[in-house]
Amino acid sequence: MRIIETNSASETYKLGVEVGKNARPGQVYALIGDLGVGKTVFIQGVAKGLGIDEPVNSPTFTIVQVYDSGRLPFYHFDVYRIGDVEEMEEIGYEEYFFGEGVCFVEWANLVDEIMPKETTWVTIEKDLGKGFDYRKISIR
Amino acid sequence: MLQLSKSDKDILVLGIESSCDETAAAVLKGGREVLSNIIYSQIDLHTLYGGVVPEIASRKHIDKINQVIEEALRKAEVTLKDIDAIAVTYGPGLVGALLVGVAEAKAIAFGTGIPLVGVHHIEGHICANYIANPDLEPPFLCLVVSGGHTHLVNVKDYGEYEILGKTFDDAAGEAFDKVARAIGLGYPGGPKIDKVSDEGNPEAIHFPRAKVGESGYDFSFSGLKSAVLNYLNTLEMKGEKANQADVAASFQQAVVDVLVGNSMDAVEKYGAKKFAIAGGVASNKHLRAAMEKACAERGVEFFLPPPILCTDNAAMIGCAGYYEFIRGVRSGYDLNAVPNLRLGER
Repeated sequence: MRIIETNSASETYKLGVEVGKNARPGQVYALIGDLGVGKTVFIQGVAKGLGIDEPVNSPTFTIVQVYDSGRLPFYHFDVYRIGDVEEMEEIGYEEYFFGEGVCFVEWANLVDEIMPKETTWVTIEKDLGKGFDYRKISIR
Repeated sequence: MLQLSKSDKDILVLGIESSCDETAAAVLKGGREVLSNIIYSQIDLHTLYGGVVPEIASRKHIDKINQVIEEALRKAEVTLKDIDAIAVTYGPGLVGALLVGVAEAKAIAFGTGIPLVGVHHIEGHICANYIANPDLEPPFLCLVVSGGHTHLVNVKDYGEYEILGKTFDDAAGEAFDKVARAIGLGYPGGPKIDKVSDEGNPEAIHFPRAKVGESGYDFSFSGLKSAVLNYLNTLEMKGEKANQADVAASFQQAVVDVLVGNSMDAVEKYGAKKFAIAGGVASNKHLRAAMEKACAERGVEFFLPPPILCTDNAAMIGCAGYYEFIRGVRSGYDLNAVPNLRLGER
């Protein structure tokens, strides 16, 4: 496990860029963290690192957003509203998870039974005792 | 080539919409006259879960779709034999939900031979303004704000759109939902924040107004949501309790300021004479009032649909479908749901 501490949104973004630059085809990442913790900022960094220049919208509405303009296809999931893993099957998640691109799944803990064994889990946490903008980011 | 036996103004369109929460069907005459507009909403069901649960959404759409279509035809006092075209939302939206409407529309079209027209959901929202304002003609600028979308659109002509600005992260309505959750108001966040804001001071807390992108017309609401959460956390650390109405009113003011600001920048730059709003968040009374005032100050004519046409409905889809239909647009039986469909693409 790797633990990175950041103290600003731009540091979190840079970490995302680094992860995006090093991402390989077929990788699946789970992204866990509460509302407002910086998941969007991190993901925007990842997209940048993958060479995607278009804005990365929240996929809350459509569950998954697909970006083809980067170095690798990028599949951004937000499964917060998924009630049942059957719904993941309905949107054909396996094509993305076991495809040639990179998947990032926000709130993956809600569907952990379908997450592949090799998934990299990224957890972002606040610790208000260490300051407002402090974030502990664990990658395992 | 099929010869139309009717004049355009007598054309009857059956509209079908099932992209998110609502299962809806409507019959329109001549594109703008609503003969029926039936909406079955799942909002009450979703309230239990604090948001749209798509799994529930798809199943309920299947339960309700035949019923709403029959009801729409009955209320319009027509039968399928009278219908000239079937218009259906095929994106963007939740794939499982969209598929129900698309499959239903294709089945009816295949069984009856009635032409099929796939409609973009946002195009539908924009067209709600045509129904509400019989004299409105393009060109005009339109801000579409809802739970899933935030788009500033240059409506150049019927079926011809240029996106001037859009959100870089969360949609405006999504920000309302998330902040409402954080301050304990629950779902749906938009109407609840709108209401509780009446009791609050919009200047009590200064939340950031984000400027993003190069066009000057783009939006970002994720940072605003985080700012509200940071504010709540700060108070919590001090052991103080937030004033819910003040937080709601100040948050809403920040959203309204950005929506109005970017819209009016575009109005001035493009020399627009007409400006419209659409989508679920267009029902927000603070936004409506602020937009009306900003337009009046600039001598710009302001259009807005009534709330029943702001929410997801099939009348707007029928209207958009009508204009596509008379331009000769037809969809094949291979029409599919496209969850990430972009405006202006087919």
